[in-house]
This record gives sequence, C-alpha cells and structure tokens, in this order.
Amino acid sequence: MNYAIEVKISLKKGMLNPEASTIEKSLGLLNYHVTDTQTIDIIKFNLDAESEDEAQREVDEMCQKLLCNPVIHDYEIIISGE
Amino acid sequence: MSNLEDINVGIIRFPGTNCDRDIEYAVNLTGASSKYIYWNQKDLSDMDVVVIPGGFSYGDYLRAGSIASITPIISAIESFAAENKPVLGICNGAQILGEIDLVPGVFIENDNAKFICQSQILEVKTTRTPFTKLYEKNQLVDIPIAHKEGRYYTDNLEELYDNDQVVLTFKGENPNGSLDNITGVCNLEGNVVAMMPHPERALEDLVGSSDGLNFFKGYL
Repeated sequence: MNYAIEVKISLKKGMLNPEASTIEKSLGLLNYHVTDTQTIDIIKFNLDAESEDEAQREVDEMCQKLLCNPVIHDYEIIISGE
Repeated sequence: MSNLEDINVGIIRFPGTNCDRDIEYAVNLTGASSKYIYWNQKDLSDMDVVVIPGGFSYGDYLRAGSIASITPIISAIESFAAENKPVLGICNGAQILGEIDLVPGVFIENDNAKFICQSQILEVKTTRTPFTKLYEKNQLVDIPIAHKEGRYYTDNLEELYDNDQVVLTFKGENPNGSLDNITGVCNLEGNVVAMMPHPERALEDLVGSSDGLNFFKGYL
C-alpha cells in the first residue's frame, strides 16, 4: 500500500524561535499585531508499506535518525492512504 | 617527543566544508602533517588527530550538520573518538558533533537571527582537553566567531558543570544567546571538543590575534 506522509517538525514549546519572532516583528511593521507566532517545517513524501502501523513505525525511525533533533524538536506524523 | 611530522591530523571534508584549507595552514604552522579525509571514506587508522572544519556541509539543509551526520566517515569518527583519540569540531564541525551526540547539546539559530562575524573574547574553562591544555584555566583569548547557528543549548546544563564539560564561554556580552555564554563543550572523557569560534583564524598577529594557535599545539 502506498501512503502519503506528512511530517510536521516544530521547536519544543518554550524554545526561542528567532525566525518566528522576526516574522512577528515584521508583521508589526505592517500594523498587523499578532502573538504566539510559530514556524513549522513540513516534509512530505510517499511511502510503500505493508500497513499504516508499519508506515508509522518507519517514519518515526526517520524522525529519530535524521529528520528531527530530539533535543529541540517535537514532531507529528500524518499518514493518509492512497 | 616523536618527530612532529609523524603526527597525522585528518581534516574531514564534506561537500560544503570551507575552512579545510585554513585548518591545513594551522597544522602546517605547528609542524605536524595533515591529510584530507572525505565524507565517503571509512578509515582513520593512520590518523592521530581528527579535525572537522567549519563551513556549510550539505548547504545546512534540514539543520546545520544533520546530513553530514549520516555519512560513512561518521562511524569512523565515532570509533576514533571511542579510542580516546583527539577530535576537534569547529563551527559546522561543532554542529555535526552535537548532531551525532559525541558532545552534549546542540548549536541552533542565534537569538537575533543574524549571521555574526566578529572578534570575540573567550574564557577557557577547562584545560583537561588535548586542545586546551596549553592554556591556563580562566585565561582570556581573542578568537573570532562567524556563524548564524551558534546558540548553544542543552537540556542538561547541570551535568555539564558536574563533569567539567564546559570548554569555552563568551566573556562579556553574549553575542548569540547561548545558554550560560557557553560556546565550547567536550565529551565526558575530554578528548572530543566542539567549539563555535574559529581558532584557525587567529594564528598570527598579522591577522589581529595568535591566541588560537595553541588549539593546534596542545595535542602534539
């Protein structure tokens, strides 16, 4: 079965995010006053796997090995069927 | 002491490494021999010391140092380090050492989101590493920094202090938001050092400071 995978990677709660604060400040320059700005990376790909559980396990492994750094990141895996 | 030229310093090259020739220059100044080792090699058996230079390996894609951390040479560096041999990671090299957990913590985007390139006064916090042993504890040194992802962060600061793993701190104003001003750390044993400042850019008074030279003399 082919699954469409989406991995959302964000900095752990409470960690300083300079990119987000720069965006927030810049929006302020345009007179949009927003709060709690975050940036989240999304990595999308397709993956062949026996089952959804198998896909989940494999993508989780990818996150641990390469896609994320567990010291600073939280991640969410979204799997949808064909 | 054995002949200096018998001491081999392996300089690791990834696509995007750009401080490799400065490291070679530094090693030559001390009289030791150097050799370039590429990301796809697996053998460090002829080396006595390994230096991972700065740069932008793999374009800093994903995170600085993350893609370099899964290349073949990394397992060789891990085994080399496990034999208690000296490993120094500078700038991008430090980010890589953080990514592969050879040193605790990580180096992430500066708090002001800017690339900072300037002279910096640092304090040497431990002299037990092969790279800092020619300095005095708490000695101030003038060594430049040049990075955008150099903010040191760890979720276990206490352990760093308990185990004498803080190697370098910024003196005075903290330029990048690093936790406790830390900009150099080592592993438990002290043979692996990761530092953001560039000692290879402070080798001769001609360029403003020669305070970095002893990083390349300590292991001789």
